[in-house]
Amino acid sequence: MALTFDKKVFEDIKKAEDRWTEKLKSLKVDTCERLERFSTVSDRPIDRIYSPKDIREQDFDRDIGFPAEFPFTRGVQPNMYRGRLWTMRMFAGLGTARDTNKRFHLLVKEGQTGLSTAFDMPTLMGYDSDSQRARGECGKCGVAIDTLKDMEDLFEGLPIDKITTSMTINPPASVVWAMYIAMAENRGIDRNVIGGTIQNDMLKEFIAQKTFMCPPIPSVRLVTDTVEFGTREVPRWNTISISGYHIREAGSTAVQELAFTLGDGIAYTQEALKRGLDVDDFAPRFSFFFNSHLDFFEEIAKFRAARRMWGKIMKDRFKAKNPRSWWLRFHTQTAGCSLTAQQPYNNVVRTTLQALAAVLGGTQSLHTNSLDEVLAIPTEEAATIALRTQQIIAEESGVANTIDPVGGSYFIEKLTNQLEEEAFAIIQKIDDMGGMLSAIEKNYPQQEIADAAYRYQRQVDSGEKTVVGVNKYATSETIPVEMLELDEELERLQIEKTNRIKEQRNSARLRECLDRLEDSCRSATNVMQPLIDAVKADATLQECCDVYRKVFGEYRDPGIY
Amino acid sequence: MVQKRRLRVMVAKPGLDGHDRGARIIARAFRDAGFEVVYTGLHQTPEQIVDAAIQEDVDLIGLSSLAGAHRYLFPRVVEILRERKAEDIMVCGGGIVPEADIPVMKKAGLKEIFTPGTTLDSIVAWVNANVKPR
Amino acid sequence: MKEIAEKVVAGDVRTVARLIRDIDDGMPHVRDALKRLFPHTGRAYVIGITGAPGVGKSTLVDQMISHLRKNGKTVGVLAVDPTSPFSGGAILGDRVRMQRHSMDEGVFIRSLATRGHFGGLTQSTRSAIDVLDAMGKDYILVETVGVGQDEVDVVRSAHTTLIIVIPGMGDDIQAIKAGILEVGDIFVINKADRDGTDKTMSDLRLMIDMDQKKYKDGKWKPPILKTQAVFDQGVKELMDTIEEHRLYNFKTHGDLPFRKRKDRVGQELAEMVKARLIEEVIGGLVESGAFDMVVEEIVSGKLDPYTACERIVIPVLGKRP
Ligand SMILES: Nc1nc2c(ncn2[C@@H]2O[C@H](COP(=O)(O)OP(=O)(O)O)[C@@H](O)[C@H]2O)c(=O)[nH]1
Ligand SMILES: [Mg+2]
Repeated sequence: MALTFDKKVFEDIKKAEDRWTEKLKSLKVDTCERLERFSTVSDRPIDRIYSPKDIREQDFDRDIGFPAEFPFTRGVQPNMYRGRLWTMRMFAGLGTARDTNKRFHLLVKEGQTGLSTAFDMPTLMGYDSDSQRARGECGKCGVAIDTLKDMEDLFEGLPIDKITTSMTINPPASVVWAMYIAMAENRGIDRNVIGGTIQNDMLKEFIAQKTFMCPPIPSVRLVTDTVEFGTREVPRWNTISISGYHIREAGSTAVQELAFTLGDGIAYTQEALKRGLDVDDFAPRFSFFFNSHLDFFEEIAKFRAARRMWGKIMKDRFKAKNPRSWWLRFHTQTAGCSLTAQQPYNNVVRTTLQALAAVLGGTQSLHTNSLDEVLAIPTEEAATIALRTQQIIAEESGVANTIDPVGGSYFIEKLTNQLEEEAFAIIQKIDDMGGMLSAIEKNYPQQEIADAAYRYQRQVDSGEKTVVGVNKYATSETIPVEMLELDEELERLQIEKTNRIKEQRNSARLRECLDRLEDSCRSATNVMQPLIDAVKADATLQECCDVYRKVFGEYRDPGIY
Repeated sequence: MVQKRRLRVMVAKPGLDGHDRGARIIARAFRDAGFEVVYTGLHQTPEQIVDAAIQEDVDLIGLSSLAGAHRYLFPRVVEILRERKAEDIMVCGGGIVPEADIPVMKKAGLKEIFTPGTTLDSIVAWVNANVKPR
Repeated sequence: MKEIAEKVVAGDVRTVARLIRDIDDGMPHVRDALKRLFPHTGRAYVIGITGAPGVGKSTLVDQMISHLRKNGKTVGVLAVDPTSPFSGGAILGDRVRMQRHSMDEGVFIRSLATRGHFGGLTQSTRSAIDVLDAMGKDYILVETVGVGQDEVDVVRSAHTTLIIVIPGMGDDIQAIKAGILEVGDIFVINKADRDGTDKTMSDLRLMIDMDQKKYKDGKWKPPILKTQAVFDQGVKELMDTIEEHRLYNFKTHGDLPFRKRKDRVGQELAEMVKARLIEEVIGGLVESGAFDMVVEEIVSGKLDPYTACERIVIPVLGKRP
């Protein structure tokens, strides 16, 4: 035990604080404050001042400690950004694979250190560009990927043996990953060399983002297949990026984001253990993905609490031995839902603050939103400003000079403790329901988030929460921002390309590969190798997903409001 | 006794994007404003939306899109309503629709487009002022 | 009016949709249309589905539609969701689960809110059933939340009533006992993929068996089935059991259409008269504000309710006490 304040010191401080409180009373401070109630964007009440009394029970070794040591409150790397800066990873994807490839080359030239791929809606939902369901959406919010050829075009000329690639994809994650592995192997790069991340977090899809294909149980089975395959064959790959980002975007509070994300992490761990994998073999490859929202301090505290909680969950609950299993490594994206279409240049400032919070919270990689992201796919200029924002924080502001600069602040430590405590209470509730899958089935997280989102919207509408340029300081003039226009021809071109490939492939071999995939789905053997073979035989994304749909059935929106 | 007609509104999510935060919030706001709200759930095709709207005899279809597919999907709903001779059902849209697209949408037959930042109360007020139970 | 009825019988979807709206909104002109439609009713087989919120009724209805469609039957669905007591509005969410049938011409799905005008939910739902019947739907599925008396009355108009429960609903089963047990023709334990299914099965069995003597002389004894609606498990068996019950109904009552059976006709007529009287008598008074004034008088102690009632009823009857 090493209490931060021993009894004597604490008593002295308390006396001083009592005196100060009395003084405030005599000054009638209560009656002349700006707001009746001060609260965070998540509606957490905030006190006038924080002092030693708020961290009275704090034990330095137990609660704070040093970076790269349990409980990791201060960070997972021993020298944090003094060693290596966070990875500046900007999400990019638009139009066809060739269009996105151009953007990738540009970003790498501008100093970006990792690639991150956004797919269009049809790809995300497991449909090819020529599907009826893809009409009007092909290449709209990301790149359209139908075949291995698209994957090859996407990464042409990029050093995928050196650069890591993150791919934001969920229900068809196994298929897209198989395409990536196949693409690397066709280039002569071994699967144990490539590094990167697939998002592959299906639980949060049911909870928040609603990009789903098959029901929860088979969906989680496919996720577990990739975890197993990664552990055995693609050791440098992060097979799941357990994501709170979308939970937050759907309107959750900071605590809900924390609790549901770690709750998902617990569920994936349980499933992998059921497969007979050793926790220390797969847990080090789990990574996380959080939102950095508007409330500066609450966000910093959230990141710190997340690390400490995951450390405890891994070490105490799952008895992991390898300290790497205890690490919570995370990517952060600034909050898309906080951007406004009104006065769009204000978004640069919002994003800067959010990015700063992520860095002070110790993120491993970061995407900063572009000022026009709320309107459409970012223009090159807007994307460059967003990247520069990170570079300024990293190399001009000085915040990366020391580790966990806010650690020890009464306020931050208190918030960190509060968030942890409340999030653990929610996790307990989920455990009591029989785990995350049954909680989802009972629509528990979905309902909680829907309620929080509605509450927040009402607070904004009533002016209780300020949105600058929208419900306060609004102007009637609109500032025009330059918008990226997509080539309307692209849908037709993409469909033609896919159809050409379909005509040229060996249909007997294709049939055989898809049959093997189906067998593997039914027999509960790992789907990854059959998938890699299938995409090498030019099976399309949708053809593989149709096998999933056929075997596992389709999941439909439960419609919680 | 003649009962006062109550507004019936459909809140629909056309297309593949799953961002239903806005749709769910507006559905609740409509309920709290005393409307009967038929919610279709996610991932609807324009055809499904129109068929449902006709069977439910709604006065208004509110479409929500956040993924750039409004350009095709919103006008398509209006078009199918016309084909089905149900153009008396009003259509409006909400979500991420760039300023420049709004006149195009209106020309295509959407009555109004609500962009982010519009308060729930003002949307409800607009509906009350512009949509009369038929 | 004649035109409306003709279009309904011809299966015109827009007219049907509009007429149900008019019924729901209490438009007086619907009576004429309903009169004209009545000769075309009596063909459809009506299945009531009731149970607490969240037990999986809509999911089950969705699967039932698929099964009926596979057998070439056309289907009408009336899904009743509660109106918010605070705003008078409602979110009608049942449709979400059935939306995949939205484009099937053999299926007509309509969501209704429980909001009652004086005619009551029962009356307007029965009228809506008549419309779907006259439209030519072979089967009509009526989903209600089994809570209020109104909802129970609604399923009473069905040929076969399913009561849906889920495993581990100890207290709720007690509630069923009190209210709707006797209207159940078939009991369904949905979500049978969950723990406690067998326990719920034996609890239900016990409750039904307590009424042993009711089932003597070849009377229908409600079977208990297990389903997993989301996985389409047990739904085929449920449909078979519904068919058995249909045949049983047919055998016991001859080929008289159910709603034309004497006991039914009497009951429905009495209810209709009651509803109409309330609507006509009180409706006018409410609109003019007179009703409220009388209520005020009772509240302030100036009047007793017995006298007040006479004051309202006597002039209508046109006779003195
Ligand atoms: N585990 C399980 N869940 C089910 C089953 N049937 C329905 N559900 C789920 O229960 C929830 C409520 O279903 P719904 O049909 O809306 O219930 P209703 O309120 O009774 O109409 C939904 O999330 C369904 O997916 C089942 O057999 N097993
Ligand atoms: Mg329902």
